[in-house]
Amino acid sequence: MINFVLRRVASGLVLMVVISVLTFGLLSIPDTDVGRHLLGPAAPQEHVDAHNASLGLDQPIWVRYLDWATAALQGDLGRSWFTSEDVSTTLANRIPVTLSLMLGVTLVTAVVSFTLGVWAGVRRGLVDRLVQVLAVVGYALPGFLITLVIVLVFAVQLGWFPAIGYTALTDSPTGWLATVTLPILSLSIPAIAGVTQQVRSAVIDVLHRDYIRTLRTRGLSSPRIVFRHVLRNAATPALTVLGLQFVGLLGGAVIVEQIFGLPGVGAMTVQYTVRGDIPMIMGVVMTTVIVVVVANLLVDVLIGWLNPKARVS
Amino acid sequence: MSGTATSATTPATFLRRIIGNVQALLSLLVLLVILTLVALAPLVAGPDPTSADLSSAFGGPEPGHPLGFDSSGRDMWSRLLHGGQLTLGGAALALAVALTLGVPTGLAAGFYGGWFDLVSGWWVNLIMALPAMVVLLASRAVLGSTVWVLMVVLGILVSPSFFRLVRGTVANMRAEPYVDAARVFGLRDSRIIARHVLIVVRAPIIIQTALVAGLAINLQAGLEFLGIGSGDAPTWGAMLNEAFTNIHQNPLGMLWPGLALGLTSGSLVLLASALRDVLEDRDDQPHTSGPGEHPREADTPTTPRHAGARSELLSVRDLTITYPGADSRPNKVVRGVDLDVHPGEILGLVGESGSGKTQTAFSILGLLPAGGRVSRGSIRIGGTEVVGANERTLRRLRGRTVAYVPQEPMNNLDPSFTIGDHLVEPLCATARMPRSAAWKYARELLHQVEITDPDRILRSYPHQISGGMAQRVLIAGALSCSAELVIADEPTTALDVTVQAEVLGLLRRLRASRGMAVLLVSHDLGVVADLCDRVAVLHRGRIVEVGTTEQVLTAPESTHAQELRNAVLDDVPARQPWSPREVDAQ
Repeated sequence: MINFVLRRVASGLVLMVVISVLTFGLLSIPDTDVGRHLLGPAAPQEHVDAHNASLGLDQPIWVRYLDWATAALQGDLGRSWFTSEDVSTTLANRIPVTLSLMLGVTLVTAVVSFTLGVWAGVRRGLVDRLVQVLAVVGYALPGFLITLVIVLVFAVQLGWFPAIGYTALTDSPTGWLATVTLPILSLSIPAIAGVTQQVRSAVIDVLHRDYIRTLRTRGLSSPRIVFRHVLRNAATPALTVLGLQFVGLLGGAVIVEQIFGLPGVGAMTVQYTVRGDIPMIMGVVMTTVIVVVVANLLVDVLIGWLNPKARVS
Repeated sequence: MSGTATSATTPATFLRRIIGNVQALLSLLVLLVILTLVALAPLVAGPDPTSADLSSAFGGPEPGHPLGFDSSGRDMWSRLLHGGQLTLGGAALALAVALTLGVPTGLAAGFYGGWFDLVSGWWVNLIMALPAMVVLLASRAVLGSTVWVLMVVLGILVSPSFFRLVRGTVANMRAEPYVDAARVFGLRDSRIIARHVLIVVRAPIIIQTALVAGLAINLQAGLEFLGIGSGDAPTWGAMLNEAFTNIHQNPLGMLWPGLALGLTSGSLVLLASALRDVLEDRDDQPHTSGPGEHPREADTPTTPRHAGARSELLSVRDLTITYPGADSRPNKVVRGVDLDVHPGEILGLVGESGSGKTQTAFSILGLLPAGGRVSRGSIRIGGTEVVGANERTLRRLRGRTVAYVPQEPMNNLDPSFTIGDHLVEPLCATARMPRSAAWKYARELLHQVEITDPDRILRSYPHQISGGMAQRVLIAGALSCSAELVIADEPTTALDVTVQAEVLGLLRRLRASRGMAVLLVSHDLGVVADLCDRVAVLHRGRIVEVGTTEQVLTAPESTHAQELRNAVLDDVPARQPWSPREVDAQ
């Protein structure tokens, strides 16, 4: 198991290096004159050149990458080219917002989809058909359209929650809850639709297995078989999908944070990438890659713990 | 379990099946209407989508402007249709890129494996680890704000979904013997791919295409909604963005672009799920040869009736098991079976496959597969009626009075639990033993089934032990709660010959030492002759002969018992010994 974790961490590190090279290279293709952009068209050329040199932009690209990488390894992600904010500080302020959103959505999704999926898979009949219709609707509608409808109904028409803004958890727990409820709700609906389907079909699949029948012949009760044996075996494919959903939430967070005006990483991505602010974008990309690698690792460890066969490979 | 039997359908039958499916037909129609309107936008949309007239801002519908105006007084209907061209066209481009990249590479990786599989698999993992939205935003900063370039990037980002699907399907199929056979016959790879592989992956690709199309439309609209994309040109996403900014003045402005988007991607998802039903036949029915299809034969003897009293251990009378048939006519797989198993005896239930042996065994345990039911008759175990009994009653019988040894040992152990858990759980839950005592007893049980290192086996998971060992464990499980009757369904069929002999010996010794009765379901008369006191012969759902093993095997009365005997016993002429000459002569 330790061996397995170490190998996954190593491959995650390789992934980070490759992605950082790719991103850095791609971002450097358009030769934006940052100095000119900042100092304006009237500034004398030598000032512009001096500013560019102070950012290291007079160096060849591989030197710039190595400079960035050595600094990043020491924990210094640099400063924004355009606002000269410290990248690490900005990220540290914004990561908790996005992460609490993603964790909230994953928790809600896990609880609701396992409950609905097991219920539909075991009971079948009307419940099953209802769950399937819900899943199709949730999957079919674009995520941001669902968000817009939720804003329209709960914030604009009913006025139950604020349509925009964010309160930190440390400032006021109830205020925080009020500002994240609608974002979490709107990100959860498509996620629940996808994961419930997966849980349902995994449960149905396991219920048809021969060993379930054999367990019944041993005199075990139905609830015991469902919660101990079916759930454990159905969890593997369901967790894989849950992990993919978590990674997908990073994309969903971009739009949802924009709509609700949440000061998270997603909203920041839009601002800085459009301007081509390399230090900031590199910070965002590295953060997301770390989140993806850690999430995948957690899913793999969890699956290995639940499923002894997965531990071998 | 999911029988993805994608039969090689011709395009004509495929079309006919789609038209026969209401959901597929309706969603296709909706998509066609939307596509036609969007494609003909310059002809049917009316006014220029970009011409603004502030005096009619937020204006309602009027003649020539069926959907009214947006915040700058531009015609909504015209913007909707023209916007569809960019939205749907962009999604189509992304889809085309994803298909071109994903399908051929997936085919090659799945079919040939090797280094190409490794390298492409690594690339795909890389692409999937990239946060799509960040990459799209970054590539917009890099490549400029044309929607088409962005859609190519989107196509690259979603291509792994095709790659993985095709690679997985082809790799599974590649392992099938018929592909090896085609190679042995000297067929070229290109021909094998064209004739066999493409047919297998066709249906999954079609389904996935519909799903990815919906995804591409949603992502495209999402980008436009963020204001990243085509700039001033109308798109559904941009229209939603504009309506959302004015959500307080005109909440209804979101209705039309939202509806267009929802209808299009909704129809695509519904189409995909309907296509899945149409293209992938799912068959949950057990495979029993349907006697209902055959008229009653003249030579079928009447079932010998038991005149005597019913056995106090297991007594089956007039058992009839019915499945819903293909043409909604009930399909009787077991018809009026009478059986008795007396304490301590081994009764063999023999018959060819599809004769109803296993169905009879399952009905005694109260565990018929979904769809099957006992439509007539009575089953009594230890005096308790099983037919129509509730779950509680059945559960009290299972394990303690009647137990079960299955056919395929490896499929009958839960892969997530150790052998120890398998034995201890029923001891605690069914026999109400304390945990520590249960572990001790489980070890003792493994001794009884002649396992030499019980401690290692108790700690092992099912995939770590051999088939013969697994069958011993399952026999130990059947004995664990001291059942008086063990139903063994072909307990040696899945094992190789030497292990078969060991397991048969074990069953014989256990019967001698524990005195339990066994209902042995088998098609193997050798096993039956070896073990059974009495034999019942089942043919097409009826008992055609019952008697002592010697009687039935040496002097069968019924034609079917004779046929069965002739088919297995060695009094058929032996074939010529193999001689190398014959091979040389060819």
